[in-house]
This record gives sequence, structure tokens and C-alpha cells, in this order.
Amino acid sequence: MIEVSGLTKRYGAKTAVNGLTFSVRPGHVTGFLGPNGAGKSTTLRMILGLNRPTGGTATVAGRPFRDRPRGLRHVGALLDAQDVHGGRTAYAHLSALARANRIPRRRVDEVLGEVGLTEAARRRVGGFSLGMRQRLGIATALLGDPPVLVFDEPINGLDPEGVRWVRGLFRRLAAEGRTVFVSSHLMSEMEHTADHLIVIGRGELIADESLAEFAARGTPQSVTVRTPDASELTPILTAEGGSVRPDGDQALTVTGLSAARIGELAFQHRVLLHELAPRTASLEEAFMELTADSVEYLAGDAR
Amino acid sequence: MTAPTTTVRPAVTEPSARFRDLLAAEWAKLWSLRSTHWTLLLSGLVIIGININAAVADHHNWPHYDAGIRAIFVPIWAMRDAFTLISGMIIMLVAGSIGAITITGEYGTGLIRTTFAAVPARRSLVAAKLIDVTVVMLGYGTVVAGVSFWATQAILSGHHVGMSIGYPGAFQAVAASALLAPVCALLGMGLGAIIRHGAATMAITTAVLLLLPPCFTDHYRWTADIKHAMPSTAWQRLVDVGYGRFGFTVRHPTTTTEAWITLAIWAVAAAAVAVTVVDRRDV
Repeated sequence: MIEVSGLTKRYGAKTAVNGLTFSVRPGHVTGFLGPNGAGKSTTLRMILGLNRPTGGTATVAGRPFRDRPRGLRHVGALLDAQDVHGGRTAYAHLSALARANRIPRRRVDEVLGEVGLTEAARRRVGGFSLGMRQRLGIATALLGDPPVLVFDEPINGLDPEGVRWVRGLFRRLAAEGRTVFVSSHLMSEMEHTADHLIVIGRGELIADESLAEFAARGTPQSVTVRTPDASELTPILTAEGGSVRPDGDQALTVTGLSAARIGELAFQHRVLLHELAPRTASLEEAFMELTADSVEYLAGDAR
Repeated sequence: MTAPTTTVRPAVTEPSARFRDLLAAEWAKLWSLRSTHWTLLLSGLVIIGININAAVADHHNWPHYDAGIRAIFVPIWAMRDAFTLISGMIIMLVAGSIGAITITGEYGTGLIRTTFAAVPARRSLVAAKLIDVTVVMLGYGTVVAGVSFWATQAILSGHHVGMSIGYPGAFQAVAASALLAPVCALLGMGLGAIIRHGAATMAITTAVLLLLPPCFTDHYRWTADIKHAMPSTAWQRLVDVGYGRFGFTVRHPTTTTEAWITLAIWAVAAAAVAVTVVDRRDV
């Protein structure tokens, strides 16, 4: 359980995190979302006691993390896959961390096996690809078999197989009753992984709700209809209470009617359909709409 | 999507935190870098080689030396062969750099965040690092100074002008040269903790160790006092067995006790700064 209360971090005049309050519960994968520069990494660093908050508190299992003499058995963290010394081997890196925390050496072999780095264990980290470094970072997080795990952008650099593996790993860790907190700036990553979302923008809380609730915020459900007789079909659908918007030459975007009902109407009125596709509300869109006002670095922004 | 589970994990049980585990972990980190091995080995060979070369040169030139030189060859010239000024400068640079790298290497790579996420007790961790580096550099300094003294005096003994370790001031000179390494390493660590950036730390460590002392003249009492408070000057005082003797006069002299105190203060102050600064700052 991670509890954050009124957490604030200011760097001079710049407020990176402003009065954040939320809790991350065990047994779930909780996504931590926000555009670049929203304050996600700063928040995670404060949770891990690396940065001192300007105000407010962050606790793990009821205690500020920095009050614990050793950390790996309490929280496993992957903040940045580059946070290793390239001159050491993966094995040397992990075994030094294990030794400091009185974790038996065989655990190092176990986690290296778990992330698929057994073969590369004796190679120096400097020669690792980003994906391999991510795996090493995940191995570091798992080393102490902790009840709380924190991952900052863990998908970066992983190949598709790696992405699938990581998603499965997160779900498994949560199913084991652990608290799993995963940050990302991409909604699409969270869509397949998280049960619960905490969304921030410009250092402030925007949403703290389940994935389903979050999805409901998005654009209402619509149906894409492709037909050569668009002009004939449009009044029929409008008469039934649908709202129709032409979407290109032969396509319509219909809201207010189900795909099944549109199909029935087209059949009754002998209108030929080429495509009838219900479109579920995209989480990505919901996320974009929600954070539109708080994007820190906008491309093409007039300066 | 995971269905919310009712699995409740038992509270974390963990063995009590021990300082010696941090010592062992930091020790392993130091030796798991190839650069540590190479730097110590190569610089040690270079330092010993330079000193041996000086002794060989004197051994070779001995027949040409006049009575004046021969009269003071032991201890002054013999000791200068054991610990040439350039070898002392190399010890200071190597030790200062190794000390600095143990800290700035963590900050520069970002490893420091992984380290402190694993060991939130930062003061203990930095203390373990300081102790490990001190032990390694003390061993290095002892080997380099011991071998330099023994080898150079063995060569000079061919003309019966080698000193034994029992000669007055000889043991002090060897001990000071051995301790110079850990003192400079601690200085590098302290500056590394303040500056955190590798190259800048190297530049400033070099400046403090080598460039600053010549900036102060022996001419006035106060500038002489500042000069004497520098680690390199303190070392030179301790290896100078002919200090203030044999007709050499020093306008504002300092004592060997003051030199020892100077080295001790630099070491303790640098260690204290490293522990305090690393503990206070965000990483």
C-alpha cells in the first residue's frame, strides 16, 4: 500500500508536483499516467525517498520509505533502466544489491532466470540493449520479493515479446496480492495492464478511478457505417433517433443507435452496407481529452 | 485485466540490518570494476618505477659526486630517491581520482538512485564506502611506499648509502607516503559528494592537491600557514628528513606533528562532508 498525501515538490519557482493525494492498493495493477513533464517521476522518487518533498507525505506500508534501513524487501523499484554502472556485470550489480540487503545469493540467479538474463549474467551492462537493461531493472525490483513494486516507464525499449511478458508479470504480481504501481505516458500501454488509473497533469491529480470508469469518460460509443447509399440511409437513421455525421465519401459515423439496430434498418430499407463496425470509446482519446489542458510540452506550440 | 483478489500478503519479515553487509557490498562494487584493478596496478608500477629510476641514476652517478653531496647523501638524497616529488604527485592524483570516481561514478551513471532505493540508510552506506576506499588505498599506499623505500635503498646500498627503516625519520616518511593515498582518496570522495560531476571533481581535486600549494609563498607567516595546511605540503614535510638541518633554513617552519594533524583533518573533514552532503541532497 502506497499512500500519498498533499505531496508537493517545488524546484525554485517551478512546481513539479502540487498537492497530490492518492493511495495505491495491493492486489491491483495501478497505472500512473500523465503527459511528459507531468511530475510522475518526481512523485515516484519522493515515494522512494530519493527526493525530499517540499510539502506533504508519501508512505509505503505506513512508513516513509527513507526511515527503513534497507529497502529491497519492502519496495522493488525500476525508475530508470539506465541507473546502473556499465562497467559491472549484471551478476555483480545484483549481487552487491543483494548483499547489502542480506538477500541470499541464489536469489540473484533466480531473478536473472526470471527475466531471461541468465545467459547474459556475466556480461558487462555497458553492452546491454535498452530492453536488456529494462529486464535487469525488473530483476532488481524483484530481488527482495517485495510486497510493493514501482515501475517507471518499464515498457520502453522492450520488444513485443518483452512487452507481453511484462504485462503478464505485472498481472501475476498483483494477483499474488502485491501493490503494483506502473507509470506511463501512453494510455495504450495501460489499457492492457492496469485495473486502476491515477492520472496527473502539471503535477496535479486529474483522475483516480478504475479503468472502466475512466473509459466511460471518453467519447460516447459510435458505429462506423460504410455504404454506397449514404444519402439514402442518413434520413432513415436520423428518423430513428440516431445522430449521423458523414465521415468521408461513403462512410457515416452514427451515435445513438446500436450496430444491430442500424443493420436491421438497412435490411428493411434494402440499403447495401459494405461495413458496419461498432467503435468502442478509446481510452487513448479519453486520456487525450482529459490531459489536453495540462500538456507541458506541446509540439507546434506557438512560443 | 486482473480481477481484484483477496490474496493478503503476510507482513514483511527481514533480518536485522547489519553495517558489515554494506561494507561487503561496497567492497564487491569497488572490485567488480576492472578500472580499479588496472588503475591500482599500473599506477603502482609507475610510481615504484620512477623512484627506482631515481635511485639507479644516483647509484650510477655516485662516483662523480663531490664531498659536499656525499656528506648529506644520507639522509637527504637517499630519501628523495625513495619518495621523489613526482611519485608523490602521482600518488595524490591517482588516490584523489579513485576516491572521486567512487562517488561521481554513482551519480554520473544514475546508479546512486538504485543504490539508495535498495539502502535508504544513506549515511551508513556512504560510511561503508568511505571505510572500504580508505582500507584499499591504505593497502595500496603501504605497498607502493614500502616497496619504493626498500627497493631504492637496496640499490643505494651498493655504495653503502642506503638507509634502513630504523634511520631517524625513515619510518615516518614511509608511513606518511602510505597514508597520503587514503587521505587524498577521502578528499576526492568529499569533493565528489559536493560536486557530483566526474570531470569537474577531477579538475578541482587536482587543483586542491597540486595547484593550490605553490600559490602560497613561504615568505609571510600567514601564507606559510595556509601552505602548511595543504595535504601535499604536509606530506613533503614528513618525508623531508633533512628539514631545517644541514644548513638549510626555513623562514616559517612547521613541525611534523602539525603535518600529521593537517593530514588527519583533511581526511576527517572530507569524510564528514561526504556523509552529510549525500544524506541531505535529492538524488
